Amino acid sequence: MQTEAIRIQPGKDRQLLVCRGTGCESQRAKEIYFGLIDALKKAGLADKTEVKFTGCHGLCQMGPTIIIEPGGTFYCNVTPEDVQEVVESDLVKGVPVERLLFLDPKGKKRVLTYHDMDFFQPQRRIVLRNCGFINPEDIDNYIEVGGYRAIQKCFKMTPMEVINEVKKSGIRGRGGAGFSTGMKWEFAHKAPGDQKYLICNADEGDPGAFMDRAVLEGDPHSVLEGMLIAGYAIGATKAYVYVRAEYPLAYERVLIAIKQATDRGYLGKNVFGSGFDFEIKVKLGAGAFVCGEETALMASIEGKRGMPMPRPPFPAIKGVFGKPTNINNVETLANLAAIMDKGADWFASVGTEKSKGTKVFCLAGKINRSGLVEIPMGTPLRTIIDEIGGGIPNKRKFKAAQTGGPSGGAIPAEHFDIPMDYENVTQVGSIMGSGGMVVTDESTCMVDLARFFLTFTQKESCGKCVPCRLGTKNMLEVLTRITKGQATIDEIDQLEVLAQDVKAGSLCGLGQTAPNPVLSTIRYYRDEYEAHILRHECPARVCVDLIKFQVNEEKCTKCGSCAKVCPTNAVIWQKKETARIDLEKCIKCRSCILACRFNAID
Amino acid sequence: MQEKLQEIFSQHYRKRDALIPILQDIQGVFGYLPPEAMTAAGKFCHMDPVEVFGVATFYAQFKFSPVGKNLVMVCQGTACHVMGGGRVLEEVQTQLGIPAGGTTKDGVYTLETVACIGACALAPAMVVNKNTYGRMKAERVTEILNANRGD
Repeated sequence: MQTEAIRIQPGKDRQLLVCRGTGCESQRAKEIYFGLIDALKKAGLADKTEVKFTGCHGLCQMGPTIIIEPGGTFYCNVTPEDVQEVVESDLVKGVPVERLLFLDPKGKKRVLTYHDMDFFQPQRRIVLRNCGFINPEDIDNYIEVGGYRAIQKCFKMTPMEVINEVKKSGIRGRGGAGFSTGMKWEFAHKAPGDQKYLICNADEGDPGAFMDRAVLEGDPHSVLEGMLIAGYAIGATKAYVYVRAEYPLAYERVLIAIKQATDRGYLGKNVFGSGFDFEIKVKLGAGAFVCGEETALMASIEGKRGMPMPRPPFPAIKGVFGKPTNINNVETLANLAAIMDKGADWFASVGTEKSKGTKVFCLAGKINRSGLVEIPMGTPLRTIIDEIGGGIPNKRKFKAAQTGGPSGGAIPAEHFDIPMDYENVTQVGSIMGSGGMVVTDESTCMVDLARFFLTFTQKESCGKCVPCRLGTKNMLEVLTRITKGQATIDEIDQLEVLAQDVKAGSLCGLGQTAPNPVLSTIRYYRDEYEAHILRHECPARVCVDLIKFQVNEEKCTKCGSCAKVCPTNAVIWQKKETARIDLEKCIKCRSCILACRFNAID
Repeated sequence: MQEKLQEIFSQHYRKRDALIPILQDIQGVFGYLPPEAMTAAGKFCHMDPVEVFGVATFYAQFKFSPVGKNLVMVCQGTACHVMGGGRVLEEVQTQLGIPAGGTTKDGVYTLETVACIGACALAPAMVVNKNTYGRMKAERVTEILNANRGD
């Protein structure tokens, strides 16, 4: 991974970057940050060392992390107790603290810098170019790395020239649908209207995706600059950032960034002396997934129930408050300053023929290294899972990568080598989506996963149109019966028909995509559905109603792992004896199943 | 209550699109939306009470009864689900003796589930007030609840 975002203050020898994204912060990163400042003072190094807190580096699994520049020494799993040693050993004596370095699972060697880590190597960071390297609460940090340069360049061009450049770059909306951003802008630009609006969609509702949060927390100014560019191009003078209420830190950092930019004259009246006025307000979502859908989002901004409207009219013609409106996702907007700064050709040189640039994925689930990754479009799934993610833990086998969350589907092992871009992912029955990628292994039940997503979409269905309101409920009922072993074999086909109807008949994206997880899991894991129905068996042993909670004597190695984790002492075990489960005491919590490495509990 | 409401209203303009931010501020002060506050908010935004109730009940964020001193949120997002978030929720429910959405009789805890807090890399996760706890295990629940009693 290359980065141009490193700037060490003049007069300082070294820079310590302490990640304080939500992940690291939950593991005492704040104490580490202040501990470092203290320890440096005591060691007499405070004058020559800069300590900076940053947004997410991406490797949340190994947090909290510290990076030392120049050089890029990468310390992970740091605790506040380690701070003293880092300062004394690395900074004073020049000896790296071996035990805090990243352990490469393949070579079993410690790796000194992030440049050499296979988590970072295949990555190409455009959206996350500054995340983890600049202080998100300091506008000067953003300016030092070239921030607010692109918008000034845009002011020397006509809005249509900006739109053409964006079209030429080939960037497509990163919110999920993948529509050409430049074309979308052109519609809004050409729409007649005295007042136009721009909306930044930061209502990241897909459970399993957190890239928008990371960008807003780690580099909010890049989003504001992207909004300025978009606003200038389409002729919008008023803008909203619609951010989820569940992201308090992102909300706070956006507010800080808007204030700083307004104080500098980068937002407000006559931006950069260009004569262009641009005002950004922040609206906090109130907890409704459907508000990620653009027409529902606009209803919510207007103070109404967040229900979608039929399109056309499209928002570009009649949007928020009845005015022409353009809505872009956070990740799309974060790309724009880089595109306008370095040019469309540069951007178009990254990625595949039809999918340009990079995509940020949130890697989570059954994977060794979860976190935030940005890869060029077209990178094979295998590279993401095996190299960047470090493979599947506990020697289990990869089963599927679920992309697109509740609107997407599963990419099974047989497509492990597909290059990840819009077309390929759609072809195998999933969607690129906003970038959630939840990895599953043999211990994940795909029927249960489909049921999980349906539970979510059914609950979040706004109830406006019948196919979505009743269809999702009906599908969920069937899925629930399957996981309880109460369904008949015909119901798989009926479920497929119903799913197609809901897809075809629903008003908005929520209902149109809600059946995707069901269709995709039936397509690839029909055998699992059949096992539940015909044999009353859950192969992954997740569906509690179908588990016998009996120890398989042939497979049991008498190790006692199950007995140690049982919260109700229902497992009867003595050394050198096969375990037994007392079903009277068993509460079916599955702790024993998760603890058993030999799949010995049926 | 009137004084507090007036203070909230003074920071907003009297238009319909100010309604949700006003309701959010009211909940920020009172912890929930008292019926009379919703009616007052409607009057301020030139809206009928029925419309205000319609909007408020649409959004999961708004609560209509007082909440406990500490808010416990157990994440049930995809990554947390796959990593055993359901088990964590069960444990919290058992220990507090309330279902998700409930408040303990002593008013110390309110328990809620959330679809995703965006801490997927730390799954399963739970949040108590403003503290996020990652890689949760059922065994850690007691310790975390006690640490956040706030008394």
